[in-house]
Amino acid sequence: MATVTFDNATRQYPGNPVPSVDKLNIEIEDGEFLVFVGPSGCGKSTSLRMLAGLEEVNAGRILIGDRDVTNLSPKDRDVAMVFQNYALYPHMTVADNMGFALKIAGVDKGEIRKRVEEAAKILDLSPYLDRKPKALSGGQRQRVAMGRAIVRSPQVFLMDEPLSNLDAKLRVQTRTQIASLQRRLGVTTVYVTHDQVEAMTMGDRVAVLKDGILMQCDSPRRMYDHPQNVFVAGFIGSPAMNLMEASVTDGGVNLGGHTVPVERDALKSAGKNVTLGVRPEDLELSDDGSGIPVTVDVVEELGADAYIYGSTEQKLLASTGETGGPVPFIARVDGRRPPEKGTVIHLKPKSGHVHVFNADSGERIGD
Amino acid sequence: MTLEITTARPDPALLDLPWSTPLEDWPEDTLAALPRGISRHVVRFVKLGPRVLAVKEIKADIADREYAMLRNLRRLGVPSVEPFGVVHGRTDAFGEPLDACLITRHLQFSLPYRALYSQNLRPGTAVRLMDALALLLVRLHLDGFWWGDVSLSNTLFRRDAGAFAAYLVDAETGELHPKLSRGQREHDLDIAQVNIAGELMDLDAGGFLEESADPFDVAASIIERYHSLWDELTATEQFEAGDRWRVEERIRRLNGLGFDVDELSITTDIGGTEMVITPKVVDAGHHSRRLLRLTGLDVGENQARRLLNDLDAYAAATDRQGEDEEILAHDWLAKVYEPVVRAVPRDLTGRLEPAEVFHEVLEHRWYMSERAGHDVMVGDALADYLSAVLPSKPEEKAVLGVDTQEMPVISGPL
Repeated sequence: MATVTFDNATRQYPGNPVPSVDKLNIEIEDGEFLVFVGPSGCGKSTSLRMLAGLEEVNAGRILIGDRDVTNLSPKDRDVAMVFQNYALYPHMTVADNMGFALKIAGVDKGEIRKRVEEAAKILDLSPYLDRKPKALSGGQRQRVAMGRAIVRSPQVFLMDEPLSNLDAKLRVQTRTQIASLQRRLGVTTVYVTHDQVEAMTMGDRVAVLKDGILMQCDSPRRMYDHPQNVFVAGFIGSPAMNLMEASVTDGGVNLGGHTVPVERDALKSAGKNVTLGVRPEDLELSDDGSGIPVTVDVVEELGADAYIYGSTEQKLLASTGETGGPVPFIARVDGRRPPEKGTVIHLKPKSGHVHVFNADSGERIGD
Repeated sequence: MTLEITTARPDPALLDLPWSTPLEDWPEDTLAALPRGISRHVVRFVKLGPRVLAVKEIKADIADREYAMLRNLRRLGVPSVEPFGVVHGRTDAFGEPLDACLITRHLQFSLPYRALYSQNLRPGTAVRLMDALALLLVRLHLDGFWWGDVSLSNTLFRRDAGAFAAYLVDAETGELHPKLSRGQREHDLDIAQVNIAGELMDLDAGGFLEESADPFDVAASIIERYHSLWDELTATEQFEAGDRWRVEERIRRLNGLGFDVDELSITTDIGGTEMVITPKVVDAGHHSRRLLRLTGLDVGENQARRLLNDLDAYAAATDRQGEDEEILAHDWLAKVYEPVVRAVPRDLTGRLEPAEVFHEVLEHRWYMSERAGHDVMVGDALADYLSAVLPSKPEEKAVLGVDTQEMPVISGPL
C-alpha cells in the first residue's frame, strides 16, 4: 500500500495545441479512495492512464510511495487495473481462476494458495474455492473476477469506468459494494467516472477536472458546500445548483430586490457583477413578495419533497447593460403543499447558503 | 420504441429475426449452431440466406462503438471480422426494452482456437497460433489500435499454407489512437499473456490439451515473438555510408516477413560517413497484394507466398523466366492452379479453402516425390490427395465453436 503523487504531471498529445492534462498536482493518501470525475474530454481517463503507465508523461512526475514511476513500464509499477479482463474459465476451479495469473509473476504455489484464501475470505468465497465458476451466482462470479486483482496485492487499484456497461439498478448496488470492499482492503484506489453521483457516493475525495485542469480536489461534503468555482458548483449536485448573474450593491448582492449579505472585503475585487449560486434545497418560499420571482413550469412531487422546475427573468446585467432572457430555475419545496403549475412564486435563499463567484474568473468569493 | 436497424448491407430478411425475444431464448430453428465461446455476453449464430451471422447482445452505446470501430479497422485493412449492423430499439412482448444487438458476418473457414484444439493437433500448432496472434497484434499496434482484451477467444484463425492467419473478432475494449505509447503496447502484451495462459490452462483442466507444451511457456512466447517482429519492423539501423546495400537488404528482409515498406527515412551525419535508416510506414500483405495484382486471387499471406513460388517454378519449368509477369501468371492460373482447385469434388469443397487445398496438394506431391525418389506429376499427386487425404479432413467452412460456454461475469449483485 502506498501514497500516490501527481507532481505537475502533464500530458500533451503531439499536434494538440493544449495539454490534455495540465500540471496536475494531487497527493493521494495511503488507503484513500480518490475519484476523478468530469465531463467527456476533461482528462480524467488520461490522468489514470498516466498513473497506469499507458500514457506518456511529458512533464512533471508521478510517484507511488517514494518511488518515481514516471518512466516505468505498466507492469513494473505494481498497480492493478480492475475489471480490465474478467473472463472466467469454466473448467478451472474458483481458486485457480483467482490465482493462476500469479504463476506468471513467478509466485510459488504455497504463497498463491495463501493469497487466494485470504482474498476468498474477504470476498465471502471461501466455501467455493474448489468449485467451478458455473456453480456460482452472477454476483459470486463477479467477485471471483475481482479476486484476480486482489490476489496480486498491488500498491494501487485503478478502475476506469468499471460500471459503465451495467444497467442503472445494478450500477447503484455494485458501486456501494466496490466502495465497501475497498474500505475493507484498505488499498489506495483511483477511480474514474463521468457520473458525479457515483463520484460523490464512492470517493473519500473527489477530483473534478475540466479541459485537463484540476478544478477542485476535496471531500464530497466540502466539494458540495464549498465549490471553488462556478464549474464545480454547476457540475456537482443533482439537481444542479441555480446559477445566475447578480449585481453588487452596498453590503451584498442584489437578488430580485432582496440583498444577500456578502462580506465587503470579499466583494472588493468582484466588479459590478457576480455569479450567484443557490442549491435547490437551500431556498424558502417567501410570502411578502420579495426574493426571486419564479414561474412554475413543472412540479415533481416526491412525497416529503417536491421539486419546482421553472424559470426566472435575469435582471439588468451591469456587465452587458442588457436584460438576460429567462433562465431555468429549480427549487425544492415542502411536498405537502407545493405551488400550482403556472403560478409565480418568490424564493429566498436560506441565510449562509449562497455561493458567490467572480463573474469573470468564475472563482469563489469569500468563504 | 421502434426497431431501428443500421447496416451497410440492407437485407430485408433481417427483419424476420425474432428481435423481440431475448437473444438467449431465440428458437433453435433460427440458429445456425448452438451458443459457443467463452463470452461475457450472449452470442448466437444465425443463418440469413447464404450468410452466417454472429449476433451479440450488448448495451446500445457499446454496440454502436464496436460497430464503428470494426468498420474503422476494416478501412485500415486490419484482419478482422466484418461488421454487418446494429439493431436498436428492441422491446420484448411486454414492451420492456431489450439490449441492442451487434451483428457481424461469420468469417468463412475460420477456426476458433477451441475447435483447433479439439482436433488432433499437429505438433507445434500452439507455436503457430502464437506466431499468428503476435503478427496480428503487431499490425494492430502499428495502426494505433490498442486492443485491451487480447485473447485466443477474441481471435479467429484461418489456415494459411500450413501456418495460421489471425483475425480480430472482438473490438469492444479497443481504442484507436494516432500512435500507441510503449506502455499501451506492453499493457496489451501483459493482458495477452494472462489471457492465453488462462485459456490454455482451462483447456488443460478440461482435458483438451494434448500437447505437452506448458501453458505458461506458450503464453510467454507471444511476448518474445511480438518483440522480435516489432523490432525488425521499426528499429533504426546505422551503418557506414559505403554500405548502401544494407538499405536494400533491410527492405528485402521486411518483404520476406510479408511487409511492404511505404516510407523509409534515411539520414546521414554531417560528414556523410554514417547513414541511419528507420522504416516509417510498413504495410502488411506484400505477397498477397502481389498475387492479387497478378491473378485476382485474394488469399492469405503465406498462401500467396506459396502460390508465387509455384508461379516462379512454373516459369522456370516452361523456360519463360524473361516473359511478362502478368501473361505468365494468367497462364499459370489457367493451366496449373485452376485445374487443381476445380478437381475438388463438390461435397468436399467445405473442407478447406481452395488456396489451402492447392498448398496441401503441393506438399503432398513433395512427400510423394521424396518417397518415390523422383518427381511426381501434379496430376498424380492431386488424384492421390483427393482420394486419400482430403476426405478424412473435417468440414471447416463454418466451424462455429466447440465445447465452450458463456460465462457472464457481471450479471448480478456482489
